This record gives sequence, C-alpha cells and structure tokens, in this order.
Amino acid sequence: MSAETMEQTVAGERAPVGRVRLAAGRLAGSRGALTGVVVLALLFLLAFVGPYLTPWDYATPDYTALRQPPSGQHWFGTNGLGQDVFAQTVRGLQKSLVIGLLVAVLSTGLASLVGACAGYFGGWTDRVLTFLVDLMLIFPAFLVIAVISPRLRGSGWIAFVVLLAVFNWMITARVIRSMTRSLREREFVAAARFMGVAPFRIIWRHILPNVSSFLIIDATITVGGAVMSEAALSYFGFGVRPPDVSLGTLLAAGAGDAPVFPWLFYFAAGLLVLFVLAVNLVGDGLRDALDPTAAPGRRARKTANSSRRSTS
Amino acid sequence: MTGYLARRLGYYVVLLTAAVFLAYALTSTALGPRAYFEAKQPRPSAAAVDRQLTALNLNDRTPVVERFGTWANGVLLHADLGRTIHGTAVNDEFGRRIWVSMRLLLVGSVLGMLLGVAAGAWSAVRQYRLSDRALTVISFVLLSTPVFLLALLLKNGAIAAKNAAGHDVIPFTGYETPNLSGGLGTHLADWGLHLLLPTLSLALGGLATYSRYQRSTMLDVLGADYLRTAQAKGLTRGRALIKHGLRTAIIPMTTMFAYAFLGLFTGAAFTETIFGWHGMGEWFIQAVNEQDVNSVVAVNLFAAVVVLAAGFLADALHAALDPRVRTA
Repeated sequence: MSAETMEQTVAGERAPVGRVRLAAGRLAGSRGALTGVVVLALLFLLAFVGPYLTPWDYATPDYTALRQPPSGQHWFGTNGLGQDVFAQTVRGLQKSLVIGLLVAVLSTGLASLVGACAGYFGGWTDRVLTFLVDLMLIFPAFLVIAVISPRLRGSGWIAFVVLLAVFNWMITARVIRSMTRSLREREFVAAARFMGVAPFRIIWRHILPNVSSFLIIDATITVGGAVMSEAALSYFGFGVRPPDVSLGTLLAAGAGDAPVFPWLFYFAAGLLVLFVLAVNLVGDGLRDALDPTAAPGRRARKTANSSRRSTS
Repeated sequence: MTGYLARRLGYYVVLLTAAVFLAYALTSTALGPRAYFEAKQPRPSAAAVDRQLTALNLNDRTPVVERFGTWANGVLLHADLGRTIHGTAVNDEFGRRIWVSMRLLLVGSVLGMLLGVAAGAWSAVRQYRLSDRALTVISFVLLSTPVFLLALLLKNGAIAAKNAAGHDVIPFTGYETPNLSGGLGTHLADWGLHLLLPTLSLALGGLATYSRYQRSTMLDVLGADYLRTAQAKGLTRGRALIKHGLRTAIIPMTTMFAYAFLGLFTGAAFTETIFGWHGMGEWFIQAVNEQDVNSVVAVNLFAAVVVLAAGFLADALHAALDPRVRTA
C-alpha cells in the first residue's frame, strides 16, 4: 500500500492533470467501462422516464387484456390481472436502483467508519470491532434478514434498505482496517498527530482520502450486489412487499409462469442481469482507472484485487 | 502449525458461542410463536397456549436468557435441539435434511473452487488471448446473475427440454426418483443426474468469482523472478507455473474460500427451494414462515458450524501453503 500511495504523489507532481480528470480519461479509454456507463445511464433513464412514456399505470388493471403477449398497446404484455408489464418493470427497476444506491452509500459509510476506527485506534477498540465483524460474518446475511424482516413489515422498504446495509459492510471494513493500519505509520499521519489534530479529523482528512479509490470501487460493486440481494430476498417474500414493486417481486410473481408466459419473467430478469453486469463493468474499469500504479494510457494490470487480502 | 491452528480453533469456539446466543435471542424475539398458536382454529384458551409454549420452551413470558439456558443445556448434555412448533423432535428433521444439504454444498463448493482456480490460472497464463477474453465475458455475465435466477433459468431450460422431447431429459425436482428399482449403479446414476442442475447453479457462481480472483493473483505472480529462476534451473514452463506460480498465487485465495462459503450457503437455500430439495435451506424458509423458533435456530447453528469449519479449513490450507504462518 505504501509504495502505491508514494507513486501516486510522484505521479501527481509529474503530471499536472488532476486525479479526477486522469481517472475519467482512463475510464473513457476502456471499452468495457464505457459500455457500462452508457448502459447504466440508459437504464436510469428508462427507470425514471419510462413511467411517463406509457399511458398505463403499474397498478391499474386493463380488464380487456389478461395475460396478453407483448403488443403495440402493452409493450411488455400484461399479467394475469391485466396490469401492464412495461409499467411494472420500469417501476420495479426504479425501486431496485434506488435500493441499490442507498445500500451502497450506507454500507460503505459504515464500513469506512468501523474499519478506519479499528485500524487507527488499535488496541481494545480494534479487538472489539474485529470481534464484532467476525461475529456478524458467521451468519449468512440472508438468514438474519429473513428472520428480522417479518417484524419490520409495517415500516416499508426503507427499513429493508437499512437491514441490507447493516449486514453488508463487514468484509469492506476488514480491508479498510488493514489499509488504515499501514497508513497510520506514515509520516503525514504522524505529523498531523504530533501537531495535535484530533483523531477523527485525521481519519477524515488523511486516512479516508487515501483509501478513497478502494471505497469508490467497493461502493460501485455493492450497488450491484445490493440489487441482487434485494431481488433474492423479495423473491422469497422477505424483502419488498406488494403493493411496492421491485425487480425481485416481479421475478417472484412471474417465475412460476415463465415456461408458458415468458414475458412475465424474462424482461425483469434481463434488466436485472444487464444492470448488475453494467455495474460490474464500471467497477472493473474504475479499478484500472483509479489504480495509481498504472501508467497513464496503458491498460492497467489488476492489482487492486490483491489488496483485498485480509490480515486477521 | 498446531499452535497456530489451536489458537484459531479456540477463537472460533468463542465466536460460535457468542453467535449462537445472539441468534437464539434474535430469533426468539423476532418470531412470534404465540401468535401462531393463537391463530389456530378453534382458538385455544390463553392458559392452553401458555402451556404449549412452555412445553416447547418458547414461552415469551420466560426471560430469553433462561430459555437459552434450557436450550443450551439440552444441546450440550443430551445433544437435543429441542422440539419443532409441531411438537416433533428437531433432531429427526435435522438428521433427515443435513445430508441432502451437505451433498449439494460439498459437491457445489469443491467443484466451483477447483474449476474456478483452474480457469483463472489458465486465463492468466493466456492473458488477452481469445480464450481469456471469452472466459472474462462468461464470468462477468455469471457474476451478474443472482444464484436464484441462475437456478430458475436452468430449471426453465430443463422444462423447455422436457416439453420439446416429450419426456424428462434432465430431472429438475427432488434429489432422487421415488420408488426407483434397480441396483446400486442405477441409483448412483439417478443421484448424479438429480444433482446436475442444482450443483451447476451453485458451482457456476463459484467458478466465476474464483476465476476472477485467481486470474489477478496469478498475474501478480507471473512476472516474478523466482519463476524465471525455476525455468533457468531446468524446469519446464508448465511445471514451474504449477509448482512455483500456482502455489504462491493460491495463498491469498484461501481467505476467499471462507468468505465464499457464506454466499454458497445462501445460494444453497435458494437452490433447494427452487429444485424441491428437502434440505436445510428449504427448512429454514418454511420455519421462518411458521414461527418455528427452534428449527430456525437449528439451521442457524448448522450454518455457523459449516461456515466456521470452512474458515478453519481455509486457515489450515493457508498454513500448509505458506510456511511463514506456521512459524508465526
């Protein structure tokens, strides 16, 4: 880690290009990442503009068209109640995207707070927090969320977002902890400490900016992961519930009919895979673009992965 | 090495105890067995509900710590996991289901791991060639498909094949054909065929994850001086890559194995439900919906033990591969 950050400062002196512009340039140079960004933009457009493109509402049934295949009137067909599948799909996509983004922000924030505190303070803080992380890692998040979520039935999907975030931050926190431990020994952190800067200010001003590349990449990947978890939990009835619509509830409703009425299932399934794929492509591109050891312009070797190694 | 492993084992036992207590407390406060009994028709009297709850050690008027004490006592002294909400022994259900799940988990995880490591290492050696690019695209698509969706797609494929051929091509429900006659060979073939789709839906995800990580750790190693030295001393490139390259590149992966098992366990719950396997995962989903506290805790216990065992195996593998850990 130390060599990486050093080269970063050296590179900063040599090239007058700002870090953000450098990363953006590299990102635009990678075909995969560019495709990902374009697909993501289109999906967001579809999710938020789509509802205005069709005269149908996602909940109102059209009794003249029950289980009709896609047509000029109902672009994605209709379901057994006569509801328009296109309107439902864009509505579900919208909900899934919002959930994914919120979970990523919350979970990355929590991970950086816990990880940086454990790594920076060391000693008992570290021991207690590491134990907490290990404890939460024992149980598959799905089991815990499934047990708790029926209790939160009344509080809607925001409570579900919080649950997803609370059981998602642990592995990231471990990586942040080990990165913080090596940063703590660096001169600029020591200098700040001897000048009497308060610990949380040091974490905010000196530690977090130095792990921000990892945080950005991780948050990106988390958006995809959260959308997948949302879909899985909702599929089994533990996540978003009717009347709210998400990609997961659509998949749950359409899965049984998929062999006979494919439009009830494959539009939602396709959009889900497409979205997560685009997120992963962008994440991979960001990993190359933000990697300070990569020479500008040249395709980077993926070394950021190896920093995921945990030290426990 | 034994010292290191013993220390890890001790830590895991402490973790397990704390985790099981938390799981018990959480489950018994979040689920409502009282509501389950009160919803019965005809509605039982409050005293009858209380009596039933107490008999099952589920009465919410008893403090959680006391209930946990009774439960832990039964588990530790009599290896008894308590009663289900229907009054049957959790142990019986557990014994019936554990092998169903283990079959799926073991075959799925080992297959995904071996194929993923092999594919990743191969991909790294052939970096930027057509095979590497193809594998990258495939693994990206697989990584973006949730396990339950993959399982549903495989199942729909099998249904489509059945409709096209007019008879079952690949079985997609259950783990064996009921009342199958024939010798051991027929039974084994039947088992294997039933395992195919559920295992694929688990192993493909593992394959994708592991191959991405293995590719990047292998790439880090490929340019190393000791690989060149090994070849200069007369090893063929293939032998040098396997003995010196792959061995070093697997070490960071051992931590991954433990984490990936968490995801695998969840994946197995989905797969079981979708393919109609009566395993632990299906039991769990059923038990949550029935407010069956003791069964939920039993599955949680199973998950915790399996995950910790995977973590311990990963530690042992790490220690076996990396001599620095053994002396530490």
